[in-house]
Amino acid sequence: MDDLIKEFLVESNENLDRLDTELVKLEGTPDSRELLASIFRTIHSIKGACGFLGFQKLETLTHAGENLLSKLRDGKLVLTPEIGSALLSMVDAIREMLAAINVTEHDGEDARVGLIDQLKKLLEQEPVSVATSRRAMARENCEESKPESKVATPAAAGRTKKTPHVGKLGGTLVEQRRVKPEDVARALEAQEGGDTRPIGAILVGLGVLKSDELAEALRLMEERRSKATSQDSTIRVQVTLLDRLMNLVGELVLARNQVLQYAAQQKDNAFLGTIQQLNLVTSELREGVMKTRMQPISRLFDKVPRVARDVSVGCGKQVHVDTEGKDTELDRTLLEAINAPLTHLVRNAIDHGIETPDSRVRAGKPPEGVVRLRASHEGGQVLIEISDDGAGIDVEKIKSKAVEKGAIGADQAARMSSTEALNLIFLPGVSTAEKVTNVSGRGVGMDVVKTNIEHVGGSVEIQTKLGEGSTFKIKVPLTLAIVPALVVRSVGRRFAIPQMNLVELVRLDAGQSGSGIELVHGAPVYRLRGRLLPLVYLDRELKLREEEPNGQNILVLQVDSRRFGLVVDEVHDTEEIVVKPLGKHLKGIRVYAGATIMGDGQLALILDVPGLAESAGIKTESPDGQTIKASALNTKDTVEKQKLVLFDGANGSRMAIPLNALARLEKLAGSDVERSGNEWVVQYRGQILPLIHLSRVLEVRRDGGLAPNDTPFPPPGSIDVLVIQENGRLFGLIVNTIIDIVEDTTEVRIPATRAGVLYSAVIGERVTEMLDVSGILQAPEQGVVERSKAMAVVPV
Amino acid sequence: MTKQFSTFYLQHLMFGVESQNIQEVLRTVELTEVPLAPKAIAGLMNLRGQIVSALDLRQRLELNDRQKAHPPTGVVIRTVDGLMGLLVDGIGDVMDVDESTFEESPETLAPQMRSVIVGVHKLKGNLMHVLDTSSVCDLKGLQDAKA
Repeated sequence: MDDLIKEFLVESNENLDRLDTELVKLEGTPDSRELLASIFRTIHSIKGACGFLGFQKLETLTHAGENLLSKLRDGKLVLTPEIGSALLSMVDAIREMLAAINVTEHDGEDARVGLIDQLKKLLEQEPVSVATSRRAMARENCEESKPESKVATPAAAGRTKKTPHVGKLGGTLVEQRRVKPEDVARALEAQEGGDTRPIGAILVGLGVLKSDELAEALRLMEERRSKATSQDSTIRVQVTLLDRLMNLVGELVLARNQVLQYAAQQKDNAFLGTIQQLNLVTSELREGVMKTRMQPISRLFDKVPRVARDVSVGCGKQVHVDTEGKDTELDRTLLEAINAPLTHLVRNAIDHGIETPDSRVRAGKPPEGVVRLRASHEGGQVLIEISDDGAGIDVEKIKSKAVEKGAIGADQAARMSSTEALNLIFLPGVSTAEKVTNVSGRGVGMDVVKTNIEHVGGSVEIQTKLGEGSTFKIKVPLTLAIVPALVVRSVGRRFAIPQMNLVELVRLDAGQSGSGIELVHGAPVYRLRGRLLPLVYLDRELKLREEEPNGQNILVLQVDSRRFGLVVDEVHDTEEIVVKPLGKHLKGIRVYAGATIMGDGQLALILDVPGLAESAGIKTESPDGQTIKASALNTKDTVEKQKLVLFDGANGSRMAIPLNALARLEKLAGSDVERSGNEWVVQYRGQILPLIHLSRVLEVRRDGGLAPNDTPFPPPGSIDVLVIQENGRLFGLIVNTIIDIVEDTTEVRIPATRAGVLYSAVIGERVTEMLDVSGILQAPEQGVVERSKAMAVVPV
Repeated sequence: MTKQFSTFYLQHLMFGVESQNIQEVLRTVELTEVPLAPKAIAGLMNLRGQIVSALDLRQRLELNDRQKAHPPTGVVIRTVDGLMGLLVDGIGDVMDVDESTFEESPETLAPQMRSVIVGVHKLKGNLMHVLDTSSVCDLKGLQDAKA
C-alpha cells in the first residue's frame, strides 16, 4: 500500500478516536468554541486528504459533515441531539470507510447517501435566536481581524522573521488583542534603534501594556512551547519492532543469567565488576523495553463516553461517565484483551443497572445515573472497577432465572450464598434482563467477559447492593510477557505454574507418603483443614509414569471458585519467567500455556491451570445443569454441606458454623496480636486481619450497648480464631476454643433466642447455636471489617 | 536451470531440501520432551532464545527408531508457520542439481513416504528425495499422542 495512504489511515483513525470523545463532550457544552474548532479541523483535514488521495465518497461525506460543523462553529446552528447523533454516525461511517480503504485501498461501494441527506437536511434547520447568532458574528469578526492585522503591519511581520523569538511575543500579544500591531512595530523599531530591553519591557514602557498582561502572555507562550516539544518528542514505532525488541531483551536476560552463573566461579575482580555492570544495565534495559509496550488505560476509557452515550440514548436513560486513574498503564496485549469485556460491562451497567430517569427520581436519586470507571495498580496487578449507581442485581432473581434455565437445581439455589449466586450471571444463558433489547439481555456476553478476562490470567468479581448499584472488579496482570511462576518437578521434568493460580503448598510427610490422601469412589482427595480437596496427579495427567501415580507435594490451585490439588514430586523456586508460545503442533494441547527458558538455558513447559483442571475432569461450572458424576467434586460438595465446626463461642455456649463459611481455623500466638486504635488486628498473609471478639459482639446484642473491651492486651497464651471470608474480605472471629468438626445429621431446630444466631439445633447430642455470620457483620464492630477493605501490609 | 539443495540422510536414504528454505544445521540437538505431544514431535529446542518444535523424521516417515548410540542432527527449516526443527541421521553435501534429472516419485513408494516427497533427482550413483516441507510438517491424520 502507498505510504501516503498508510499514514493517512493511521492519522485519521487516531483523530477519529478523539472525535468521538470530543463530540460527546460537546453535547455537554455546546458552546465550546475550542471543541468545535478541533472537531472541524479533524473533519476538514480528512476531507482535504481524501480529495488529494482520490477517495471521492469519503470526501462527499466529510464535506457534508464539514458544512454542518462550520454552521455550528459560526453559531448559525445549535447542537441538538439529532445533530449530535448524525455527526456520530458520520464518524462511524468514516471509520468503516477507512477500514475498507485499509483492505481494498478503495473507499467502498456504499456512498452513504442517506446519511449525507440527513446531514444536509439538518443544515437547513431554522436559524437560532438572534442573540446567539450575533455572538457568533462577533466571533467571526474577531477571527477575520487576525489575518487582517498581520497584513496591516508588513513591517512587523518582516521583522518577525528576522528576530523570531521577539516576534513570537509580539504576535501572541496581538493575537490576544492586548496591544495593537502598530505598537509592536514601534517597539521593534526602538529595538533596532539600539534599545536593549526585551520587547515586552519596551511595550510596558510605551504604556500600551500592563505588566501583569505581559506575564500572562509569557506564560501562555511557555505553555504552547512545551506542548509543541511534547509532540516532537514522540515518534511512531511499529509494534512488531517493539515485540522483537522484547524478545531480544528476553534473550539478553537469559544470557545474563547464564553469565552470572559462570561468574560465580571466577575470581578476577575486574571481570566481576563488568559482570555486575552488565547485570544492572540488562535489568534497566528490560524495564525500559517493557515500558515501551505499556499504554495508558485512557485508550480504553476515552472510548467509553461514546459507548455510554449510544446505549443511554437507545434506552432512554441519562448517564454520566466518570473516569479515574486514566494514566494507569498496562501491556498493550492486555489492553486489547480487556477492551471488549470493558465495553460489555459498561453497556450492561447502563442497560441493566441504571434505571430510567423517572424511576430514579422515584427512588430518590438524581435523574442522571453515574457509571464510574476506575483503574489503579494493586500489587503487580491492574485493578479496573466499573461501578454504577443503578438498581443493583437482584440475587433472588438470578437464582430463579438459573433454576428456570436448568443451570442449577432448586435445592442448590436455596443453599447458595449470595456471592455464589451472583457468579451465576457468568453462566451462558442466564440474564436478569426482563426483556431482550438490542443492547443486551440475551444472556450471552457475561460468560464471554469472564472467559476473555480469564484467558489473560485475570479475574472478575461482583459486588452489588439492591437499589444502590453494582461494581464489577476486573483484575489483570500488568504484563503477559513475563510472569511469576513456581517451578516444580515431576518424574525428572520441570514445569512452571503461574503464581496467579497458586493458593498454597502442602507437603506430605516424606516418611508417610500418601498419608492423608483418601479415595472417594476411586477419586483421590486430600483432607485440607477439614475440607476435601480433589487431587490431580501431574504424572498421571501427562502420562509420565508407568507405575502408580506418586508425589510428595500438593499445590493447591484455584480456577474460578474451585480448588484442586496438583500432586508433584518436587517444588523448586518461584521465578520470573518469559512466556514463549508453542508451535502449531503443540498449541492444541490444552494443559500447556507455553514454554519458557530457564536460567540454565534448559526449557520448561508452562502449565495452563484451567486447561489442566478441564482435562482432569475438574469442571469449574456445569452450564447444562448436570452435576459432575464421576468427579470427586460432587462428593466434596455433599460432604462439605454437612460439615460443621463446633466451638465454644463465649461463656461456655456451644456454637457451630458451616465449615464452608470458613477460610481457615487458626491458633494465633497472643503476642502476634497488635492494636490498631481500639481494635485488635494481626498481620495475616500480607493483609491486616481485623479480629472480632465473638463474646463482645454477642454481649452487645443483649445489653444494647457496646461491652467494654476489658480483655487483657496482649492476650496471654494463644487464641483460637475462625478466619471467615465474607465478600472477598477476611476477618477473624476470636472464640474461646474450637471443639470439633462434625457432620450435621439432625433436623431438630428451634428459632434463635438472641441476635447473631440463626437457630438452635441438636448437634452431637447437645443443643448448639448456629452462628449467623452476616449477622455478626452487622454488629457495631462491623466498621472494623468495612474499614479494612483495601488495607494490605506493605511487603518489606 | 539448476537449484541448490542441502542434503541429509535417514538410514541409507538421501533427502534434499532447497537451501533457501534452510535456516541452519545443528550438530547437537538438546531436546525437552513434551508429554502428550504427537508422537512425531520429539520435543522442543532452544534456538538462541526461540523455542522451536523438533520433528523426528524417522517417526514421521515410519522408519525404524534411531539407535541411542547415533544421536540425531538437527536441520532447522523455515515454514509458513515459522521455524521447525527436523531430526535426521546425518548431513550430506550442498549440491547444485539440474532440473532435467528430476522425476516424480515412483508409484511403488510407500504411502507415508509418498505424501511427503515431491519427487526424486537422479544423481550419480544415488537418488535424492525432495522433501515437501509443508506436508511433512502437517501431522493431521497421523495417530495422536504417545501411548
